[in-house]
Amino acid sequence: MPKQVNFIIGGEAGQGVQSVGFLLAKIFARGGYHVFADQDYESRVRGGHNFYRVRVSEAPIETFSNEVDILVALNQESIELHRGKLSENGTVIYESSITTPSTGRQMVSVPLEEIAVRTTGNRLMGNTVALGAALGLVADKITIAEMVLREYFGGEVGEQNARAVRAGFEYAHGSFSGRIPFTMSLSGQGGRMLLNGNEAIALGALASGCRFLAAYPMTPVTPIMEYLAAKSKEVGVVVFQPEDEIAAINAVIGAAYAGARAMTATSGGGFSLMVEGLSLAGMTETPVVLVLGQRPGPAIGLPTRTEQGELWFAIHAGHGEFPRAVLAPGNANEAFWLTIHAFNLADRYQTPVIVMTDHVLATSYFTVNKFDLSRVSIDRGDLFCTKDTSEAAGYRRHKVTSSGVSPRAFPLQCEGILVCTDSDEHDEAGHLTEDAETRVAMVRKRMRKCDGLKRDVLQPVRYGAEASDTLLIGWGSTMGALCEAVDIMVAQGTSVGALHLGQVWPFPVETVADAIRKARRVFAVENNATGQLARLIRAETGEEVSGRILRYDGRPFSPSDIVSAVARGGQL
Amino acid sequence: MSVTIDDYAGLVPAWCPGCGNFGILGALKKALVDLQLEPHRVLIVSGIGQAGKLPHYIKCNVLNELHGRPVPAAIGAKMANPDLTVIAISGDGDGYGEGGNHWLHALRRNHQITYLVHNNQIYGLTKGQASPTSDRGFVTKTTPDGAAAPVNPILIAIAAGGTFVARSFAGDIDHLAGIIKLALGHRGFAFVDILQPCVSFNHQNTYAWYRERVYKLETETGYDPTDRLAAFQRAQEWGNRIPIGVIYQGRAPTFEDSLPALRGEPLVWRKTDPKAIRKLLDEFV
Repeated sequence: MPKQVNFIIGGEAGQGVQSVGFLLAKIFARGGYHVFADQDYESRVRGGHNFYRVRVSEAPIETFSNEVDILVALNQESIELHRGKLSENGTVIYESSITTPSTGRQMVSVPLEEIAVRTTGNRLMGNTVALGAALGLVADKITIAEMVLREYFGGEVGEQNARAVRAGFEYAHGSFSGRIPFTMSLSGQGGRMLLNGNEAIALGALASGCRFLAAYPMTPVTPIMEYLAAKSKEVGVVVFQPEDEIAAINAVIGAAYAGARAMTATSGGGFSLMVEGLSLAGMTETPVVLVLGQRPGPAIGLPTRTEQGELWFAIHAGHGEFPRAVLAPGNANEAFWLTIHAFNLADRYQTPVIVMTDHVLATSYFTVNKFDLSRVSIDRGDLFCTKDTSEAAGYRRHKVTSSGVSPRAFPLQCEGILVCTDSDEHDEAGHLTEDAETRVAMVRKRMRKCDGLKRDVLQPVRYGAEASDTLLIGWGSTMGALCEAVDIMVAQGTSVGALHLGQVWPFPVETVADAIRKARRVFAVENNATGQLARLIRAETGEEVSGRILRYDGRPFSPSDIVSAVARGGQL
Repeated sequence: MSVTIDDYAGLVPAWCPGCGNFGILGALKKALVDLQLEPHRVLIVSGIGQAGKLPHYIKCNVLNELHGRPVPAAIGAKMANPDLTVIAISGDGDGYGEGGNHWLHALRRNHQITYLVHNNQIYGLTKGQASPTSDRGFVTKTTPDGAAAPVNPILIAIAAGGTFVARSFAGDIDHLAGIIKLALGHRGFAFVDILQPCVSFNHQNTYAWYRERVYKLETETGYDPTDRLAAFQRAQEWGNRIPIGVIYQGRAPTFEDSLPALRGEPLVWRKTDPKAIRKLLDEFV
């Protein structure tokens, strides 16, 4: 069995839960481990209860576990809330001055503030001492942690943190290190990246040559915008925060019309405002990449939590009929590559492409092998190019072709060329018309692009044996939990496999239908209340799944949630 | 080779005979020809309404947008390629109603585009409903008890931080062409409210009605358009006397000037090298 440790850092907003959690993840990633880290927080800046889960393993992992081995409690509430999840060797580290009714061998009080004051003169370094103490329970060395803290904080503050983490480590390492019955060696060399879905998408956009992002801040995708804004000068990408999401999508359409690769990112509420613009991108055949980071609705819903409630919305959004692709990456690695794919599809078919994530994928950290940039290919699609001025003068932006794709030109690309397009139905030249014959020709031309989009559909990924008695089907962020649930059940002797859809539109009809026909029972596993994928499967394949495992409390699935639901015939 | 009015010949307009839009179209062509701008260097982004059809009736790059949305799209296009002369066109419903928020914020941010609003105080395309600028009490099919108080686009534009706020009249092509030329030469967001008679649905604010009232600020001795307080005063004139001309002009950095990422080659022509982000990947290790 690969060694594995699950940490929880709990406290109230403003206490530093996020920094301690992230640093713990970073330290183990640097030490060569696979890490998954996610956070559970309330929509507030101070107070409430927040926690950060860090799961560390020798084997690849892509989701969290319900179990806790080490709980770092920054306040009393965290002790009582999470104690019940402690594993057999589980340990709670907490500040000595906290009074708690909890007693027993699991409880390890540490004079965090006292140590902080003694080593750094700063009481606020107590969190870092706690981080050191947590490491002291499992890790063999503290040097990597010191290095990470120095880098993260820099300067004198970095030095103070390094001293505090060592003091915490030494305190726990001597006295309590036998509690966890194994040691995680922190002397390795980790070459993996630690990043979340948002960061992966931002990097994917940069690798694709995205030059323009217009967006309005909205949880959970704001960090995409913030990351690109921070790198704006260095890489030459414009980040524009306009007055609202309507302006954002239209600015993106303007930039894309002019020829720049352009994108926007939003959540459900903002996407609702962008729907009209999405339709315009379809009509004017403008390549636009839209990241839709879902969170629970309707309306404001649960702003800092997760849901997959917008599958049908995304595939149908927009008035009228027009082609589109909807991608649904399952982890940070896929988020990077599917973002690149989205830009290529958008340019190839001159139509909007939606990349769907949700809160859990957007904000959770994954360890990923460094992206092989030599594998990135850029396809700008069919571009019109001429040096001949009379040919340029005859350019028609919406020329009818057999593929439905009209060679695309950009204004000022060459002397005399005019690029005309219209939200009204238009002729080949892009001028408005109400002629019935032209209308039919244009509808057919646009819809012919669906043939190409269907040919380019990413096939679902099968996990586990090619044939199994039970099949789990999911899309997007549930991939890690699905795969691990399969591992657990296979180890228990169940014949089970998983099918994960990384693209939900156009729908991969044959592969899904075939997999369903071959299984005895099929569960759709979804973070929504109505089983939207299950309905889509029926609509597209005529096949009915035997059960739906649905979670809609705003929290993500753990592998064991899925395992127990399968055991109960689908009941979560 | 010099640019002539024939270079700007577009499709035959489907506007009503006598429509104020003809004057605006003529003035715009005249301004572009006077400035010797070649059609392929010009992008017109329009909204929906009778005004939104204008770019089809002239020859240039065209992005005919959604109702109310030409301004953000024009901003995006301008940032992507600053070498384009970008003009956004709306009507009063498109610009002051549906797209009002975009207009307010474009004024404040001072984008390097020109914004022409054909203001006929009525909805023409949908055949005669009240608009945001219809006079108070104006009776239409949707406002049988009379329209509410109108917006004052000039006053709002100055208050919102506009750096070029002008008004002209579709019935005076030379004046309008002159104002459009000044707008195109302005550094920053140039906003022009154009009084435009609607011969089919607005029988109150007619050519004759405007001719009796408009007067040119250029001929007013002592009027200084850089004096913001004086501009606020003129902006409130409406009724017996309506000022036309540059009402306010100020200086402020443009939005585009403040973006370091825009310096250098236009975004559209920048080469993509995926390997260039290798250093960024290292920051995640």
